[in-house]
Amino acid sequence: MATITPKLSDEFPLTIASSTNSVTLRISKFNPKTDSTATFVEFKVPVQKWTTVLDIILAVKQHLDPSVAVRYSCRQASCGSCGMKINGKPALACYTKISELNSNVVTVEPMNNFPILRDLAVDFTQFFSTHKKLKPYIIRDDSEVTGDTKEFLQTPKEVEEYLQFSYCIKCGLCNSACPTMATDTSFIGPQALAQAYRYIADNRDNGKKDRLKIIDDSHGIWRCHFAGSCSQVCPKGVDPAMGIQLLRGYLLGFRK
Amino acid sequence: MQESVIMKIHYGTALGAVVLVAIHILFRMTQNFSESLQYESVIANYHFLPYAIMLELILILLSVHGFNGLRVILIELKQGVGYEKAVNYGCIAGIAVLVAYGSRTILMAGFGM
Ligand code: SF4
Ligand code: FES
Repeated sequence: MATITPKLSDEFPLTIASSTNSVTLRISKFNPKTDSTATFVEFKVPVQKWTTVLDIILAVKQHLDPSVAVRYSCRQASCGSCGMKINGKPALACYTKISELNSNVVTVEPMNNFPILRDLAVDFTQFFSTHKKLKPYIIRDDSEVTGDTKEFLQTPKEVEEYLQFSYCIKCGLCNSACPTMATDTSFIGPQALAQAYRYIADNRDNGKKDRLKIIDDSHGIWRCHFAGSCSQVCPKGVDPAMGIQLLRGYLLGFRK
Repeated sequence: MQESVIMKIHYGTALGAVVLVAIHILFRMTQNFSESLQYESVIANYHFLPYAIMLELILILLSVHGFNGLRVILIELKQGVGYEKAVNYGCIAGIAVLVAYGSRTILMAGFGM
């Protein structure tokens, strides 16, 4: 097992001399072009109270194994790039502290229900194309911005209808936790369905009919069995499971 | 048929079947349970037209609900245009066969054939 030894000179926050604890980081390594199965490589890494899972992965990448494939950008739970399975649960690596895992072993794997590109990096092509298919924008004949910069004012109550669903950062954790997505590769998925609700519930939007038609498909909204795991793993509190049930209300005639 | 229409039928048949099966079970309580399963008691049910109609309705509701449930499971398990078409038509055929066979039993018992 490779070990990172704390050094004062290193600028990386993990490697400062006051480091007392350490954890074993197990990284799933897999290249679909050359490997038939994933293997785990282990590293001993020093950690602080505030160290995140992304911090230790990047420490390993910097000091021990530069070949580890991991996607990240903002490091503050805003860009949605660093989704992965951490100790078996889908989570954002930059938003998960080692201290909250209550374990000396941290196992990181790529998200389920996505094709693996390499190691922890997965392919979002289908995810984004499904998201796009649901028309994630305000649809109306008149434009919001005209010569005299017209505005469409909303009351706080109208904003409240969809606000929670607009917090989605497209990290894919909900799709990765969804049991239907595990077997139904054509399922629209909780992320796109929640976004369909976000725009349908927006009173500035006129695209309800189009979107309801898209989701009312044999691999659409009806394939959700309300397991609720999507809402449990969502780091932004979007609650896609609730969005899906509210969306069903339109199709069953409970909501107008 | 639109999926929302199919699913409305799915939920409707479930509710209908729960109500009718509950009535069916309540009827078992009008007599001793083992007695209600005697040959004569069962045949008497088929000879009583409203009861025979109720049994026929239960048969239709459960066949439609059950085969649609099976269709949902199968299309969630595997995808593909040809496969899904086969599943859809297979389930429609399954409903038709089951309803035909069950109706034949109800009619034969009802008319003492
Ligand atoms: S709904 Fe939540 S879990 Fe799903 S993609 Fe959006 S932010 Fe991520
Ligand atoms: S790096 Fe942006 S969400 Fe984690």
